[in-house]
Amino acid sequence: MKVLVTVKRVVDYAVKVRVKPDGSGVDLSNTKMSMNPFCEIAVEEAVRLKEAKVASEVIVASIGPSQSSEQIRTALAMGADRGIHVEVEKELPPLVISRALKSIVLKEKPSLVILGKQAIDDDCNQTGQMLAQFLDWPQGTFASKVKVVGEKLQVTREVDRGLETLELRLPAVVTCDLRLNEPRYATLPNIMKAKKKPIEKLGLKDLNCEPSYGLQTLSIFEPPKRQGGNKVESVAELIEKLRNEAKVI
Amino acid sequence: MVFGWTTVFFKTRQLGYLNQLRTISQTAYTHPSSSAAFSKLSSEDISYLKGIVTPRGVVEEKEALEPFNTDWIGKYKGNTSLALKPSCTDQVSQILQFCYEKKLPIVPQGGNTGLVGGSVPVFDEIVLNLGNMNRIRDFDSKSGIVTCEAGVVLETLSNFVNEQGYTFPLDLGAKGSCQIGGNLATNAGGTRFLRYGSLHGSTLGLEVVLSNGKVLNMLSSLRKDNTGYHLPHLFIGSEGTLGVITAASICCPKKCRSVHTALLGVESFDKVTELLVRCKDEVGEILSAFEFMDRNAVQLATKLLSHVRDPFSSTFPFYVLIETSGSNENHDMEKLEKFLESCYSADWISDAVLAQDQSQMNQLWTLRESMPEAVNRSGKYIFKYDLSIPLEHFYDLVSEMRSRLADYTCQVVSWGHIGDCNLHLNISSSDSNESLSNLIEPYVYEWTRAHGGSISAEHGVGRVKSKYLSMSKDKQVIDLMKQMKQLLDPHGILNPYKIFSKEE
Repeated sequence: MKVLVTVKRVVDYAVKVRVKPDGSGVDLSNTKMSMNPFCEIAVEEAVRLKEAKVASEVIVASIGPSQSSEQIRTALAMGADRGIHVEVEKELPPLVISRALKSIVLKEKPSLVILGKQAIDDDCNQTGQMLAQFLDWPQGTFASKVKVVGEKLQVTREVDRGLETLELRLPAVVTCDLRLNEPRYATLPNIMKAKKKPIEKLGLKDLNCEPSYGLQTLSIFEPPKRQGGNKVESVAELIEKLRNEAKVI
Repeated sequence: MVFGWTTVFFKTRQLGYLNQLRTISQTAYTHPSSSAAFSKLSSEDISYLKGIVTPRGVVEEKEALEPFNTDWIGKYKGNTSLALKPSCTDQVSQILQFCYEKKLPIVPQGGNTGLVGGSVPVFDEIVLNLGNMNRIRDFDSKSGIVTCEAGVVLETLSNFVNEQGYTFPLDLGAKGSCQIGGNLATNAGGTRFLRYGSLHGSTLGLEVVLSNGKVLNMLSSLRKDNTGYHLPHLFIGSEGTLGVITAASICCPKKCRSVHTALLGVESFDKVTELLVRCKDEVGEILSAFEFMDRNAVQLATKLLSHVRDPFSSTFPFYVLIETSGSNENHDMEKLEKFLESCYSADWISDAVLAQDQSQMNQLWTLRESMPEAVNRSGKYIFKYDLSIPLEHFYDLVSEMRSRLADYTCQVVSWGHIGDCNLHLNISSSDSNESLSNLIEPYVYEWTRAHGGSISAEHGVGRVKSKYLSMSKDKQVIDLMKQMKQLLDPHGILNPYKIFSKEE
């Protein structure tokens, strides 16, 4: 079966971001960008399915700026077969992304779409779910384990009350959580091979999508700085502070 | 300065009388044969010293003194009954003045991560721990010059200058615990030595308290100052035996925007040395680290430490960790990829991984930096060697030791800053075996001397290597060192029993 996996270019998870002085957004100039860690896990899962001979082909897609091709190349170096790059100038909300992905799905006809559960820049956690709705496909989100059993998919989900295992008919949408797998490094021979793998360039128009911006970001600000803690000398002092300063009792 | 630390304006404490230091002429430092050369700490002495540092600067209780008395490897244990933690240079000065008069020996101590037993007492010397002197006094954002007290933890200092857009010129695995004062006293090398050179080059000035309590303010923000002898350099690498470093001003390079890390798998040591030459040739201007590890070391680390990961699916006899730091992301990545591809096509490397994001970069460095800890856990008896060896013989010693110790159950692992020709050879065993020990030492040092190397590249001499000092330095040189020690510490109270041994 064909597997489609999506990747997003985001600020590197280890970078400490700064808000622009005018509050219009995060300062991305000279900031290290990388593949969204959950997308990395999605690519790893897709490649493992191919290695297990469950998937016949892994296609990686990204909807983002021109530099998103770097993330597509990384996914190809991890083992994906070919890429699709939908180049857009401005970041699009999940609703538009999922519509565009639906067009790609209808074009490529994969049996399984794997995405990261959320992007670490916006933390939306919406694209996978919306895509499943648009396609009218079953979805297994926050997957910590994925297993193909014949024509069905068993997905173990990490939820607040524990682990839940679902059985889904294929075709289906899966979004990945942290403990699903540990992504491999891109090794040099694979990086070299990846340069020869094809990346198709598409525009939103080719997918019959309009970049509609239903949401407008009004402002972005940093959370208030953490105040220093105090050491108290006695229980009486603790109670006094809880009552009069923190006002919690 | 808008960064929240109180800038401490230090007042030079002028002592009320001139200090008469003994003339050097014929007398040179003679190593005290035992602690009988010094006074014993009396209860009046303790009260007085406690009065200088206030209760928060005193550690007296036996269990609390354990970490002050024991070195990081757990091999050397002293027996001090008092550790003092002064909070400012003035307190250090008062303590030393008192100890000088009373002939009470002192061990200056920072993060206590030294590997040659130099930072813990041998007998009951008072521990003078600088950990409470952890203020960053000043930072000039135009020049990158940071002035800080000796007790600042290296990682804290590094993070601080990073936030300001600079890089600290020193980096080592112990950064979470070691303090800059100790780094300076050791003249630590680390993983950035290849790119930024030694602390002698980056340090512009020091504030040092001499054995008699006199404070020498040699802090400077000048890159060039040829006015007389460069005294700060005497204290850098002096291992706390000539004076107590209390503050330093260090020049930091600008932080590079684009940092890349790659781990290479290499089939033979000849290929490793060839890679080093090619690397300097083709990516030299962005190269910031070139570290090597052997297969035994990597396997030990991945086996014993759960947070350490080998990124390859098969193993190689040698691994090289390369880091580049430059100003242009695309240019550097292209350069590095081109270099790696040409090495791969020419079969100089068998495989390589290129870190795709910061987390992968951190993981590759964790592999390299975890080695000392892995060795610590691999056996009860550990023999650590830090040697400078000419490149053409670099790995020969490791191979020799493996065949020499073939009949014993022990681990022989090695890694090092091969870019600086600095080998870290480690042998560990679970059994205490005198014949094993005799096969290792002094052979390792004799071999090193025979091949024109140094018995201590960066760790210093401390207590461990003092009897081998003559293997790397001529007698006349050692004699002059002893004369200088006698000049600066005539009562011999600063870190006695270190560097020079009885046998010298």
